Amino acid sequence: MIENIRLSFRGILSHKMRSFLTMLGIIIGIAAIIAIVSTIQGTNEQIQKNLIGSGVNNVRISLNQGDWEYDYSSGIPDGIVPVTDEQLADLRKIRHAENVSLYHQRQDYDGVYHAATSLSGGYVMGIDTSYLDAAGLQIRSGRGISSEDLLHFRKVCLLDTDSSNSLFQGEDPLNQTIEIRGEPFVIVGTVGDKESFQPLIKTMTDYYTYSGEKSGKVYIPSTCWPVLYQYDEPEYVVIRADKTENMTAIGKDAESILNQNISGDYTYKAQNLMEQAKQIQQLSQSTNTMLIWIAAISLLVGGIGVMNIMLVSFTERTSEIGLKKAIGAPKKAILIQFLTEAVVLTSLGGILGVITGIILAYLISNLNGTPVAISVPASVFAVAFSMAIGIVFGILPSYKAANLDPIEALRRE
Amino acid sequence: MLLELKDICRNYGTGQAVVVALKNACLQVNEGDYIAIMGPSGSGKTTLMNVLGCLDKADSGTYILDGIDISAMNDNELSDVRLHKIGFVFQTFQLLAGETALDNVALPLIYAGVKKEEREKRAAEALEKVGLGERLSFYPSQLSGGQKQRVAIARAMINNPRILLADEPTGALDQASGRQVMELFRKLNEEGTTVIMITHDANVAKNAEKVMYIVDGELSDHFGGDVHEQ
Ligand SMILES: Nc1ncnc2c1ncn2[C@@H]1O[C@H](COP(=O)(O)OP(=O)(O)O)[C@@H](O)[C@H]1O
Ligand SMILES: [Mg+2]
Repeated sequence: MIENIRLSFRGILSHKMRSFLTMLGIIIGIAAIIAIVSTIQGTNEQIQKNLIGSGVNNVRISLNQGDWEYDYSSGIPDGIVPVTDEQLADLRKIRHAENVSLYHQRQDYDGVYHAATSLSGGYVMGIDTSYLDAAGLQIRSGRGISSEDLLHFRKVCLLDTDSSNSLFQGEDPLNQTIEIRGEPFVIVGTVGDKESFQPLIKTMTDYYTYSGEKSGKVYIPSTCWPVLYQYDEPEYVVIRADKTENMTAIGKDAESILNQNISGDYTYKAQNLMEQAKQIQQLSQSTNTMLIWIAAISLLVGGIGVMNIMLVSFTERTSEIGLKKAIGAPKKAILIQFLTEAVVLTSLGGILGVITGIILAYLISNLNGTPVAISVPASVFAVAFSMAIGIVFGILPSYKAANLDPIEALRRE
Repeated sequence: MLLELKDICRNYGTGQAVVVALKNACLQVNEGDYIAIMGPSGSGKTTLMNVLGCLDKADSGTYILDGIDISAMNDNELSDVRLHKIGFVFQTFQLLAGETALDNVALPLIYAGVKKEEREKRAAEALEKVGLGERLSFYPSQLSGGQKQRVAIARAMINNPRILLADEPTGALDQASGRQVMELFRKLNEEGTTVIMITHDANVAKNAEKVMYIVDGELSDHFGGDVHEQ
């Protein structure tokens, strides 16, 4: 067998041009598939990261009026009360929920200032000590909100990277003072995402998805909230899931706990980012399924090309086959020799195709900014598949070779 | 007796267009014989050679080689007989252009399942024996006609066949190379190899112990009436 493979390689190398042309169909087909799959996978991972956050896995639940998130700046709706202690205890008992935190949130268009600089469109968040961990945030400098801060209604705050950039333009914000609704707050820390990620903004939809985050957030002790805004404002909930897969289920459970004693037009809804990500992924997948079909057709054509070239090459190889049979090669040996040649040829084409595909994927990525994720299983499958093409399309020519009449073959000079 | 042909007939085509290539051919060859078969073009020499070499099957008659009835064998058994009992030498050498002299000679050993090292050792010895020990890694295109034919002879002998069959072995060679090949045949025959050689050159045929003639598919011990020129 090794002997056969060695001989096949020698045969392929002695007809470099012809072998290359034979492999071309396979190379193009496999390269196309690998490039497409790598781009799809890269895009999907990007979508998932952008929407869900880099592995932070937090589920946010907010009050909705109809299809829209309710904005508490227009007052507290009738019958809506803050989350009760029993509800909080139930939320903590949800399976796969690692941490639960209640918080307030307000998009304050003209409420946050450092000297004359406004954080327009920024968010003010009222949080307790559990929030940073539940939301997957990390202290970058200074400290977080402590129980003392909460207990003594201290006017301290944390900035995230965006609000820090907007208000201080690169200056160190620690221990400086900002004004929220006219009240001075001392900055005691800055926070950031556990893993930084750069959202990919290519469309207006992307822009709207991320614009909120871009404008920055200011975190204050939740006990200070009534001073700035209003008493008894119901909280938002953030839950950290142990795994991305469990986010949807956790969201459902939390919704049913929070919606227990609510009626009318209002409901608590989990932001189902997993589902959103899936929908977008499916969309990109279906457009690419078509491309995969085209690549498959190209592989079929490639396979037929291999068969054709092999059949043609017999004319010039009849005397070789005839001689081998005359000196005692059994049919099986000839069959295996030709089949090995076909498989070596197409596998080589497959390997070259994978390499070309990877290069192509990076090229596409450079051109239009889509990320690349090389799939090892897809590459292995592609090579295995081209091997199979070699067998399928090599069997007929090999069978013909094995059954060649040596007398005829030797006469034909 | 090494081989025996009895009333072998071989026809090509059917009906009106039938060509009788062999007509009741009978032949007996003993171990160590050196036989030349002469005949004009189209007389059935190659057909006879193909039957003797188990490449072709007779339409009727029996062929016993080394005590085995060849007529009853299937394809795989026939290739096994060709591999182990028969050595072929062709007019046009039939070397594989892409392989070295050594690999050409070693080729039958692949099918005999011999390991690579052993193959190369034996092929080198065989080439040594035909006087080409210095040219193991030459390709056929780098060898003269006479050298090519000697490579082919080394290949034919590599599996120690019971019989060496040669179809016009000097047909494509100049006189000097032809003489070298005849010299080699004589040496092999002296060492005990049975040789059957086809030729239409009387000078070449003289090298054999016994000359037989074939005319219009009929094989006989003596010079037939029609064969004036040969
Ligand atoms: N495959 C074939 N089909 C039809 N006729 C053939 C075939 N092979 C040989 N013949 C005919 O059989 C006769 C003997 O041919 P061959 O044995 O090749 O003669 P030689 O080798 O003596 O020149 C010739 O008349 C030739 O035309
Ligand atoms: Mg002939």
